[in-house]
Amino acid sequence: MPPARRPQRHAGFVVGAILVAMFAAVSVLAPVLAPEDPHAVAGGGGTTLDPPSARHPLGTDALGRDVLSRVLWGGRVSLAVGVGVEALVVVLGCAIGLIAGYFGGPIDAALMRVTDVVMAFPSLVLAIGLIAVFERPGLDKVVIVLVALGWTTVARVVRGEVLSLKTRDFVQAARALGGGHRTIMLRHLLPNALAPLLVAATIGVGGNMVAEAGLSFLGLGAQSPTISWGAMLADGQTFLANAPWVAVFPGAALLLAVLGVNLLGDGLRDLLDPRLRT
Amino acid sequence: MGLLRPIASRLAALVPVVLGITILVFALNAIALGDPARAAMGQRADPETLERVRREYALDRPLPVQYVAWLARLARGDLGESFREQRPVGDVLVERLPATAQLAIAATLISIVLGVAIGALAAVRAGSALDHVLMALAVLGISTPVFWLGMMLALVFAVTLGWLPVSGYGDGALRHLILPAFTLGALHTGTVARMTRSSLLEVVRQDFMATARAKGLSEWAVLGKHALRNALVPVITVIGIGLADLLVGAPLTETVFAWPGVGRLLVAAVGQRDLPVVMGAVLLFALVYVLGNLLVDLAYLAIDPRMRDAARA
Repeated sequence: MPPARRPQRHAGFVVGAILVAMFAAVSVLAPVLAPEDPHAVAGGGGTTLDPPSARHPLGTDALGRDVLSRVLWGGRVSLAVGVGVEALVVVLGCAIGLIAGYFGGPIDAALMRVTDVVMAFPSLVLAIGLIAVFERPGLDKVVIVLVALGWTTVARVVRGEVLSLKTRDFVQAARALGGGHRTIMLRHLLPNALAPLLVAATIGVGGNMVAEAGLSFLGLGAQSPTISWGAMLADGQTFLANAPWVAVFPGAALLLAVLGVNLLGDGLRDLLDPRLRT
Repeated sequence: MGLLRPIASRLAALVPVVLGITILVFALNAIALGDPARAAMGQRADPETLERVRREYALDRPLPVQYVAWLARLARGDLGESFREQRPVGDVLVERLPATAQLAIAATLISIVLGVAIGALAAVRAGSALDHVLMALAVLGISTPVFWLGMMLALVFAVTLGWLPVSGYGDGALRHLILPAFTLGALHTGTVARMTRSSLLEVVRQDFMATARAKGLSEWAVLGKHALRNALVPVITVIGIGLADLLVGAPLTETVFAWPGVGRLLVAAVGQRDLPVVMGAVLLFALVYVLGNLLVDLAYLAIDPRMRDAARA
């Protein structure tokens, strides 16, 4: 592929890495960076729906809470859900993908039919439907639902890698040397599937963040007092006409964070997995 | 010629998936916390009615029996009764379907026209500043959360400029459709633009393009007649992928713009734990998705004869 066709390749990766690093740093340091208590009603002597000012750089919301502080704290929830869900998804997806790819046969067929069915649903629609199973919504239910539905992509990626690897000489050699199923799967197959796994997981983090924000926006995710960008946007919509800052800033934060993760994922794919280049 | 077999094999492959979909939708009810029959009847439930509902839905029998009973009702088009509205779920869905269809079709048209135009423009000027700006916009379109984009468009074009209504259906007036359609179409516009650009560039490098040029055809004729047609296959793939974006974006877009479609119905039903409506709406979304993908597959067969051989192999 001539380099001219994708001149922004590394630029995108670098921008993504910077955005993600900033997002992570700001989220971790939110308690230090936030000028006010994000839950303090009319905090710091502000009043409700104040426009951005020196005292409240991003204004205040309908309860007089400092929007900047809430945006910073909201990033923690977004990051925690995005990464936390993906970590569980990777563990579950790897286990299923390894078993399906390695043992093949009816186990593989059954597992792949299940992924077929889960993937036959538009993802967020099924997530919304699954929330109805619980008696009341909450961030914990969002995590359960996203993990329950998210493992399919990872499982497919790992299974595909295992299928192409398991007949290779080094695996045969490991088996000849007396390696058990577990050893072969965890020591020989999984490490060789790491590159595509990393790409899928990175893109998955972005998807989880959008899904959490979407569900919370719909009122089916994080409930007050949990601070979530999606829930903040739902509040913001009510006051869009007279206090747009309540909606503008959490959404902009979400956009930058997701953009960063997506650029990083695209960049990783280009770097690690030349076959997937578009 | 020879189209029948690949079509038949695709239809056959759908059967287990559709069965799986019904099992998963049925599971929503089976794993729902609390007593479905009591939830259905609410406080008003008298013991006889409760007993009748239990018997009707085979709720006192093992799950597989319940599933078969439910499937039999489904086959007759009976989706059960909404807890909230006390009328058939099918009626509720049919009422909401036109608004969603209208929105989805408008969004698809926007994303295809705009996406192909942007992608082609970027491909013609590949490597230029314009190319970079357009592709950056495409990435931005893909990464912008639908519901926030909707709110920002409403803020600019409705609240600030006053050109368009902030929300509502307005009895289907075009003015009301514009903002929701652009919102729902934006995500996919970016994907279509990227795919159009890269597949055009791919095609342009192939031999028959050089032949077309050697025959003395103009650059636009070469691109329009030869390249675009060959670039169509991946574009159709992307339209298929876009269907997922549309269906996922519908609940969010409809909520932002108070659009009376199936998506908003689903969200409200989940909030009220109106499980029959939830199940009906989820089932509808899944079937539309599966059928849409089938159509995409069939479009492949029509456009690219090589796919027919692939299907046979």
